[in-house]
Amino acid sequence: MTKLNVNGKTVEVDVEPEMPLLWVLRDTLGLTGTKFGCGMALCGACTVHLDGQPVRSCQTPIGSVGDKPVTTIEGLSPDRSHPVQQAWIELDVPQCGYCQSGQIMSASALLASKPQPSDADIDSAMAGNICRCGTYQRIRAAIHRAAEIKSGA
Amino acid sequence: MSANPVFVSRRTFVGGLVIALGLPACSSKHQGAAGNNSLESSAWLRIGTDDSITFQCDRSEMGQGVYTSLAMLIAEELGVGLQKIKVEFAPPGDQFHNNLLGGQVTGGSTSVRDAWEKLRRAGATARHLLITAAAAEWDVDARSCRVEDGVIVSPSYEKLRFGQVADAASRLPVPKDVPLKPRSEFTLIGQPQKRKDTPSKIDGSAIFGIDVRLPDMLYASLAQPPMLGGSVKTFNDEKARSMPGIKAVILTSSGIAVIADSWWRARQARDQLKIEWDAGPNAALNDTTISQLLRKGAAGAGRVARNDGDAAAAIKGSKTVYRADYELPLLAHATLEPQNCTTDVRPDGVDIHVPTQVQQIAQAAAAKAAGVDLGKVRVHTTFLGGGFGRRLEVDFIPAAVEASKAMKRPVKLLWTREDDMTHDAYRPPAFDQVAGAFDDKGKLVAWNLHLTGPSITARMFPAVVEKAVDPFAVEAAANYLYDVPNVHVDFQQQEIGIDVGYWRSVSHALNCFVVESFMDELAFSQRQSPLEFRKALLEKQPRMLKVLKLVTKEAYYGYPPKGCYHGLAVMEGYGTYMATVAEIFLQNGKAKIRRMYCALDCGQQVNPDTVVAQVESSINFGLSALMWGEINIQNGRVQQTNFDRYKVLRMDDAARIDTYVVDSEEAPGGVGEPATALVAPAVCNAIYAATGRRLRSLPLTRHGLA
Repeated sequence: MTKLNVNGKTVEVDVEPEMPLLWVLRDTLGLTGTKFGCGMALCGACTVHLDGQPVRSCQTPIGSVGDKPVTTIEGLSPDRSHPVQQAWIELDVPQCGYCQSGQIMSASALLASKPQPSDADIDSAMAGNICRCGTYQRIRAAIHRAAEIKSGA
Repeated sequence: MSANPVFVSRRTFVGGLVIALGLPACSSKHQGAAGNNSLESSAWLRIGTDDSITFQCDRSEMGQGVYTSLAMLIAEELGVGLQKIKVEFAPPGDQFHNNLLGGQVTGGSTSVRDAWEKLRRAGATARHLLITAAAAEWDVDARSCRVEDGVIVSPSYEKLRFGQVADAASRLPVPKDVPLKPRSEFTLIGQPQKRKDTPSKIDGSAIFGIDVRLPDMLYASLAQPPMLGGSVKTFNDEKARSMPGIKAVILTSSGIAVIADSWWRARQARDQLKIEWDAGPNAALNDTTISQLLRKGAAGAGRVARNDGDAAAAIKGSKTVYRADYELPLLAHATLEPQNCTTDVRPDGVDIHVPTQVQQIAQAAAAKAAGVDLGKVRVHTTFLGGGFGRRLEVDFIPAAVEASKAMKRPVKLLWTREDDMTHDAYRPPAFDQVAGAFDDKGKLVAWNLHLTGPSITARMFPAVVEKAVDPFAVEAAANYLYDVPNVHVDFQQQEIGIDVGYWRSVSHALNCFVVESFMDELAFSQRQSPLEFRKALLEKQPRMLKVLKLVTKEAYYGYPPKGCYHGLAVMEGYGTYMATVAEIFLQNGKAKIRRMYCALDCGQQVNPDTVVAQVESSINFGLSALMWGEINIQNGRVQQTNFDRYKVLRMDDAARIDTYVVDSEEAPGGVGEPATALVAPAVCNAIYAATGRRLRSLPLTRHGLA
């Protein structure tokens, strides 16, 4: 049995330690908001926070997670009230929506470390997240907007 | 459909009113599952006695916004706020045919165009019935009543909610030809509305195909032949079967399915299969042979798509003729959600949960794989993690059905990214020959475009091309808009041995690249500006001229910022007129996109914010293809397997996009695709302006420019 701290709760799972966190979240715990896109940490659809840092869960064996807290899109806020979620709604960012959990997790981690990110900061923090619908322009605007919301503007 | 749609209504067994399209009894062959054959399952609209309003959306939501825009059409005429309407995805049904495509298909940028009349009329008919029922209860003239956000109000300000009269309304005769609101009375249509699917897409709760979970469900990973057209000769699954969680290994019609209690375990065990493949007919197929096939095929005279005057004679008689050959590669769709299907095959029927653009074709594929009648298969459409035409294919469905049938349990079959990229129905390659001829006064008098490539439609809908040119091979070519007296366009079908598929904007993207690049070549041959050359030939195209003038004004076309260069392209497609300016610069010899400007006249807009979003999306989709998009084949095997070698646009390369939409009262045009097609010619024309290099093949990586 492996103990995990997911979205503030301690859970136990009985799987191989090399199983990626992504599949534990999705298939064992039923947290399907985190998506599978490439399996090689190339697309960012599986991004979650591990101890506050954005990681690609498809390349994170659960044996390496330990007691570090895992936050998924389901745990970002209980009511879509995270500034990034608010901004995403305000600008109607998603299209097909498949990549957006990963985009939001990358964006929220960026804002946690850089409350007022520049366009260059956004480029480097978000370049690992592919959106095939090409919502990049709105993602960029929504990150700036989330920064405003967060700072009370 | 020439006449207005005829509706039927009925009181449902739970009470309330339903509105469905009336069909001749004999025409219904694609119904839902047995017992699900009721009017409710085929209805667009259900109004419950509890005031609930449910719209069954008969088009798939793949990002293009139908979940919202189609609901807006109903809400506008019904007289309720958009938030009051609950949206569900419709099952397969002939009532849900797309009149522009002849089946229940989400594609071809047709959803709003097809629904425009039908769904507004459905809403209006429901409203008429509800008002009539309320007026009867009050014993007043129905014409004196009005509707305010789901409430019917009498002349003396009595009020009845929709739910209170839904039962009574369902017993009334359904009127024909209920009039629609004039444009001046629209309150929703044309006003930006928040997408109804956004909340579920920012908290992880939206259910895509990959997210479906059924009780007792197993997971499958499928080993398919690595060479397109190959098959399994023999295999040894001893080691795979011994791995943890593995329930079975079965041979399906499309490969070997490893079935386990988690997908990751199935995937791991799949790597332990020892498989001997039969390479099949494409063992020697590679990029060079495909190119040779197309060049050889081009010697034939294709089916004629357009013939004005006598282009051949005009070219022969001209002293100033320009010719060029253009070539385009295969492309993958690369939807971010890999193909998947969750199936439950039971003795009493089959359920499939699937992100699909074609409910009826999916139903037929599942029925065939399960060996049951069509009516035994229920199709549950989920949100689609990207469509782009990939999910017009149903190649991932049979193996999922066969796996569930064998296991007697629900099974979720999920492809890996590598499975998805190496088993696509690729955008067809093209080899196109184009010629233009001028008279002595420098007037363009002849245009000849000879297209060669495989036909998607010949495989998907063979009846369409039995006697006619493939309409989806000659888009943005047959409708050549320039005022030239002699125009000849033909398409020579040349198959290449592998499946090709509809890819966002289909042949528009192939043909617009040739047409708009070569128009640039012709302009420069006459020492004219690309803008003035086009304008002179578009004088009879007021809608095109308008967007061309608008976009060149907004972009300061011809006056790019220092170090930047402009390129131009125009196109009519899907009933939408569009003009694009690309603004680029060179950095270390590479072309960098600084900004894209797009102006369009798409007729009446439904949700303007979605129109803009679709233009942005289409442009970025086109930029990926332009810069890096290329599928290479070696010995029948696709060389690109994941996003490392099949590069797509990311945030750090995403240019600013400015979209200008002309206010228009024309019928709605499609917006989900056209902007994709103008990207390559606009950027390549800018590259010519910057470097003097004329690019007649793509992607830019081939030319060292990306």
